[in-house]
Amino acid sequence: MLLKRLTMLAATAVAILEAAEPALAGLGQPSPWQLGLQQSASPVMDDIIWFHDFLLYIITGIAGFVLALLIVVMLRFNARANPIPSRTTHNTLIEIAWTLIPMMILMFIAVPSFKLLFLQLNVPAADLTVKATGKQWYWSYSYPDNGDFEFDSLMLKEGERKEGQPRLLAVDNEMVVPVNKTVRVITTGADVIHSFAVPSFGIKIDAIPGRINETWFTATREGIYYGQCSELCGKDHAFMPIAVHVVSEQAFSAWVEDAKKKFARDEAPASRAVAAAQLRPQ
Amino acid sequence: MATMATAHGEDQQDHPHGWRRYLYSTNHKDIGTMYLVFALVGGLVGGVLSIGMRIELMHPGLQFFHDAHMFNVFTTAHGLIMIFFMVMPAMIGGFGNWMIPLMIGAPDMAFPRMNNISFWLLPASFTLLIISLFVEGERGAPGVAAGWTIYAPLSTSGHPGPAVDFAILSLHLAGASSILGAINFITTIFNMRAPGMTMHKMPLFVWSQLVTVFLILLAMPVLAGAITMLLTDRNFGTTFFTPAGGGDPLLFQHLFWFFGHPEVYILIVPGFGMVSQIVATFAKKPVFGYLGMAYAMVAIGGIGFVVWAHHMYTVGMSTAAQAYFVVATMVIAVPTGVKIFSWVATMWGGSLEFKTPMLWATGFIFLFTIGGVTGVVLANAGVDRSLQDTYYVVAHFHYVLSLGAVFTIFAGWYYWFPKMSGYMYSETIGKLHFWLTFVGVNVVFFPQHFLGLAGMPRRIADYPDAFAGWNLVSSLGSYLSGFGALVFFFGVAHAFVRKQKAADNPWGAGATTLEWTLPSPPPFHQYNELPLIK
Repeated sequence: MLLKRLTMLAATAVAILEAAEPALAGLGQPSPWQLGLQQSASPVMDDIIWFHDFLLYIITGIAGFVLALLIVVMLRFNARANPIPSRTTHNTLIEIAWTLIPMMILMFIAVPSFKLLFLQLNVPAADLTVKATGKQWYWSYSYPDNGDFEFDSLMLKEGERKEGQPRLLAVDNEMVVPVNKTVRVITTGADVIHSFAVPSFGIKIDAIPGRINETWFTATREGIYYGQCSELCGKDHAFMPIAVHVVSEQAFSAWVEDAKKKFARDEAPASRAVAAAQLRPQ
Repeated sequence: MATMATAHGEDQQDHPHGWRRYLYSTNHKDIGTMYLVFALVGGLVGGVLSIGMRIELMHPGLQFFHDAHMFNVFTTAHGLIMIFFMVMPAMIGGFGNWMIPLMIGAPDMAFPRMNNISFWLLPASFTLLIISLFVEGERGAPGVAAGWTIYAPLSTSGHPGPAVDFAILSLHLAGASSILGAINFITTIFNMRAPGMTMHKMPLFVWSQLVTVFLILLAMPVLAGAITMLLTDRNFGTTFFTPAGGGDPLLFQHLFWFFGHPEVYILIVPGFGMVSQIVATFAKKPVFGYLGMAYAMVAIGGIGFVVWAHHMYTVGMSTAAQAYFVVATMVIAVPTGVKIFSWVATMWGGSLEFKTPMLWATGFIFLFTIGGVTGVVLANAGVDRSLQDTYYVVAHFHYVLSLGAVFTIFAGWYYWFPKMSGYMYSETIGKLHFWLTFVGVNVVFFPQHFLGLAGMPRRIADYPDAFAGWNLVSSLGSYLSGFGALVFFFGVAHAFVRKQKAADNPWGAGATTLEWTLPSPPPFHQYNELPLIK
């Protein structure tokens, strides 16, 4: 009776959280008092949100079940209600049940879990590649498929931000990509380990010196999507945000033409070879 | 003690007094007491550091710290101190030393002098860590700011000053201390059980310690190897973790977590044992499924060695490796579930008395369940992609450690305080301490799940303004928990001032282990005649 009421209470609580989420969850950046994941702007993030909600139901149910059991024993088996303790110490059936049922729940979780994992890790044929290099404490982006220009992206400080640009997230030069195109991101670290993350795309991949990592996303909505460095990288770890500007295909082509001129590489070829040698992939 | 000396005249020559009693101590109870006092000091320092962090995070912007570096020094020191100088000394050195010989009917530990060096390495180790806070770490700034995980290359090229070297040497000493302790415990438990005390009759607390010290024995040398390689990379030109010389930063992470994951079980498994004793005592009923409970801990310890890379889902591991670590990690939920349900089944049909130790134990069961189920979420690499290195992880591991391990330490403290000191604590103060802490820590850590889901990275001194709301709530909770800690210290002082004598067995018929057959406090040397277990 009590147990049933408690499970119902837990289900209602989850339902309220779920209903509140779309209203509270930010797209591309967090919003005040947000409870859940950021809104999705990519197919992978759609699946992450679905899978997280699926897990949330299961774990709320389990935690609620244990809480209900504890409340029942506290009420029924306290010294006043039950002065003579039983001597039961074994019950083979129930011991088998509480071993097998959790196993079945885990198998039930594993199926969608693997589906999501394979979606994330099987990188599809990409329309363009962007290379993100983590440095203390900013990101550099290069576009090997679009003329191989490279530029730095630094956090805007106090007084540099325009109206509406979020503190600690807005940058001077955003990484720009076209909407609905599959973008492959390759990352590396120039000094220590950093991590490239954009919550609304459902991606996070470490940028490690001496290694090249890759991930991918397909942004389904135009806009600016923010993330933050997600591996402790020293003093200003909190101040090297990631900003991805998703634009239409035409706007992207126009931006590429501008960027080629604006960020033209003017170093001598020799120094570029040295720079390449420092980032020796394994 | 004077009465004891007359009762056992022969004790007099090996019952030193004054500072010699402690510095030269070979007595498991005195050494246990020193470990507990040490853990109180460590907990106080680690707790003050955490309040410092919460003061900084209460509002957006930098207010409390001059720069973000010092914040990172605080997070690093908080983690290392709470693990190596609070939880481990309290659970293993403190309660383990005190209670294992009493519970198995042994006069002392197998190697009493080694027990002495195990303890006295720790103050030296702690001193080295404190020194590291005041010497250069990152260029031009004092202290280690690389996190308790000290990932290369942030801890090598990222920290040119000697602070990391001091921290490494500190960890070496702490590791040596716990390896010596582990050898001592294993020998004691295998060889010094009283006649009739078979392995399958040992109290579950002794089982939990046995599993724990095996984890220490197998995991600590791996840490020692990893940090020695770090030390030579830093000082002697080796390149184990430097790609330019053919090394690999990820090698450090694999070695670290091969130690690090068993380490988190080292921090919680003794607590499982304590909770089993306490629940059985206050339910006045033997533990349900004793063998299942014992072997669940063995299983958790064993599987704990093959899941380490679930801390590394975002480093770019292959699909096959990630899939394996997902499965192996989720399997741990099964023996953990066995333990949770067996505790509930122990209570079922019992005659429960909610004295202070039982409140902490019950609170532990529920809060550890919450930490456990968020662990199942994080085990799934697919969703961990979004949660890795966010506050969701911070919330998860504080639910299993700060609300799990620490709750069991307080449970054990109140449970055995009458036995160890000979005085009763005040139930009113103990219960006040529980409720303040229970509410406080939940207010600190539950909202951190929301912050993590929203994407707030961990180890940042300042955050985007949208995270302000839940951070304020979390900080307010930490002040409440801090007040709870003050109530705890007041309660300890109060018990020693009040001097209300504790009975040999203050808990009644439910307390069936051997320590309750001895006086409170036990004589300086116990079991001059070994007890016979039927």
